[in-house]
Amino acid sequence: MNLKNFKLNLSNKNKDLIPQVITVLLLILVIIYFTINAQSNMGNRGISFGFGFLSQESSFDITFSLIDYDGSHSYARAFLVGLLNTILVSAIGIFFATILGVTIGIGRLSQNYLIAKSAEWYVEIFRNIPLILQIFFWYFAALRALPLTVDSINFYDISFLNVKGWYVPRFIWTNFSVFLYSIILAIILIIFLSKYAKKQRDEFGKQLPTLYISLGLLIILPLTTFLAGGVSLSFEIPELEQLSQTVYVYKGGVSIIPELISLALALSMYTATFIAENVRAGILGVNKGQKEAAASIGLTKGQILKLVVMPQALRIIIPPTTNQYLNLTKNSSLAAAIAYPDIVLVFAGTALMQTGRAIEIISITMLTYLSLSLSISVFMNWYNKKMAIKEK
Amino acid sequence: MIKSIRTWILVVLASSLLVACGQGGGGSGSKKSKTLDNTKKAGFVKCGVSQGLPGFSNADESGNWTGIDVDVCRAVAAAVLGDADKVKYTPLSAKERFTALTSGEIDVLARNTTWTLSRDADIGLTFVGVNFYDGQGFMVRKNSGINSVNDFKDGISACTNTGTTTELNMRDFFNSKNIKYEPIAFEKADEVVQAYDAGRCDTYTTDKSGLAAQRTKLSAPDDHKVLPETISKEPLGPVVRQGDSVWEDIVRWSLNTMIEAEEYGVNSSNASSLKDSDNPAIKRLVGAEGELGAAFGLDNEWSLRIIEQVGNYGESYKKHIADTNILPNRGPNELWTKGGILYVPPAR
Repeated sequence: MNLKNFKLNLSNKNKDLIPQVITVLLLILVIIYFTINAQSNMGNRGISFGFGFLSQESSFDITFSLIDYDGSHSYARAFLVGLLNTILVSAIGIFFATILGVTIGIGRLSQNYLIAKSAEWYVEIFRNIPLILQIFFWYFAALRALPLTVDSINFYDISFLNVKGWYVPRFIWTNFSVFLYSIILAIILIIFLSKYAKKQRDEFGKQLPTLYISLGLLIILPLTTFLAGGVSLSFEIPELEQLSQTVYVYKGGVSIIPELISLALALSMYTATFIAENVRAGILGVNKGQKEAAASIGLTKGQILKLVVMPQALRIIIPPTTNQYLNLTKNSSLAAAIAYPDIVLVFAGTALMQTGRAIEIISITMLTYLSLSLSISVFMNWYNKKMAIKEK
Repeated sequence: MIKSIRTWILVVLASSLLVACGQGGGGSGSKKSKTLDNTKKAGFVKCGVSQGLPGFSNADESGNWTGIDVDVCRAVAAAVLGDADKVKYTPLSAKERFTALTSGEIDVLARNTTWTLSRDADIGLTFVGVNFYDGQGFMVRKNSGINSVNDFKDGISACTNTGTTTELNMRDFFNSKNIKYEPIAFEKADEVVQAYDAGRCDTYTTDKSGLAAQRTKLSAPDDHKVLPETISKEPLGPVVRQGDSVWEDIVRWSLNTMIEAEEYGVNSSNASSLKDSDNPAIKRLVGAEGELGAAFGLDNEWSLRIIEQVGNYGESYKKHIADTNILPNRGPNELWTKGGILYVPPAR
């Protein structure tokens, strides 16, 4: 009787809600059960659980770090070094993969037989070879091909390329902050300018030379800081030093390690193939009538691509390209194979070994990749929304 | 790719195994050993080895494992199962090895692993002994003009493996000498060798036995040399999970038996004929006197089987390390009676 009443009282909304609530509760119970069980088993095996190790001294060094680090810093700091290195190589990879991918994607649609065919071959070759092999190829091919330190390839006596890396001059700034503020100011001015220009165009049909004014602002403002703001810049050029009979090293300047170069190269060349296909699909996805209509009102070829084709193609290109950005970021974890000190090598590798905290460290690493990927997703979704058709 | 996936799978496996085993952790207590029972039931010893280090654990073309680390596993199999060949080998990277052991994927880790306090005390492992006394050294090119570690200068680059004590020793060493160095750490030894060979780094540092073994893989081994200095103590030995003291004893005394057999001159060819020896220590070793096996639930011929099927420590060393020209000179790995430091408690 009671039960019957209860059933009758269920509104449609509750009917949908109850199974969901039960599922969530069950899931939470399962997680709690697994956690407790894992803890008691770890206890039985004499394994302790905790994150206290993060503040201990790491006592290992890392080849390449964007922040100040050596073995006397903590494991948490080592984690940060690895994370920044992962972000660095992913950012470089995404940047070049996008440029290369768009170029090749457009190239595949070219009327020129040679360009179209080479773009096609590029895509077919690089997307069909496992990434790890490409990384090894670029790394060991580069190491074998590059000269030893003493016979470095010399770029105008300021930059040197050899098997130990690419040495470039270091910038030594005075009053760098003033210079930085001037650039930020220039960017803010450019944003206002473009808004103003848009208004002028929409309301009065006037075209302002926005590009030239922006470039001018971006060059002139920072330049004036050199003349008036007390900013100055000097260069520290790498110098060859002999350590022993046949061992040489470049000192001073900035060294870009070959691991970073080959990893970024392999990641961008591989991912570019997928982006190229996305771009091709996006452009092909725009109705032919659109281009013809644009041409019939007298737009130039460049204008058609910029104003008509690309805005529509981007809607098709962005979502799958987001996937490629995510893949690239996750694939950067293959860095460990060639000694690029990313988060997997430094934290899930060396730190895990030294502390033996497998579960803690792998959880942190997984969470980190998750947050990285989610951030990229959020940004790309925002960009996608911006590009989507605005129903009026 | 395969490697990193493997590591992740292992870790996931580790956590799920910890969960799945419920309350059944290591059966510490009287004479019950869960690991021993499981091993007998499975019919093979689950042994973790390296991914290929000549002399220690290395697989030939047909997949047969040999080396002095492998011989420890074979000794345990001979003692427990009566057949030294009943071993299942799992090749592990430095990074994976401890997780594989604590999760129960393997029961003995014989993978040139350095015995240190933190490993022994902190992460649920127990070291049972030392089967090779090693120390970290440096390899350089012969034409480099570097003849001693004192010739190292600021800016030197050093290649090594990640996840090893080597990485830590390297830092201690260069710091104590106040030398700025560039550390380049690879996940697998093969890549270290290739990078060093290509000139990416000026020196290659790892355990001296490892240097000797890896040198054979270089394109021109004779162009390289190992510097005379040893910068660390690296006692390498087999490891078991903490909490199963019977299993721990079996592995410890399997290793000890091999060393003790060499001390008393018992080897694979004369062992069975020594049953009526006059020396009671020898008689105990070949199972003709005492009830030593009963102490860990084995029959009395366990040690005889080790000596017959695997051989004594000297035979093992000669076959895998000396005759393969890795380290012909036994150095500290000689018996204490012959000027080395191999000294095991008496089996009685």
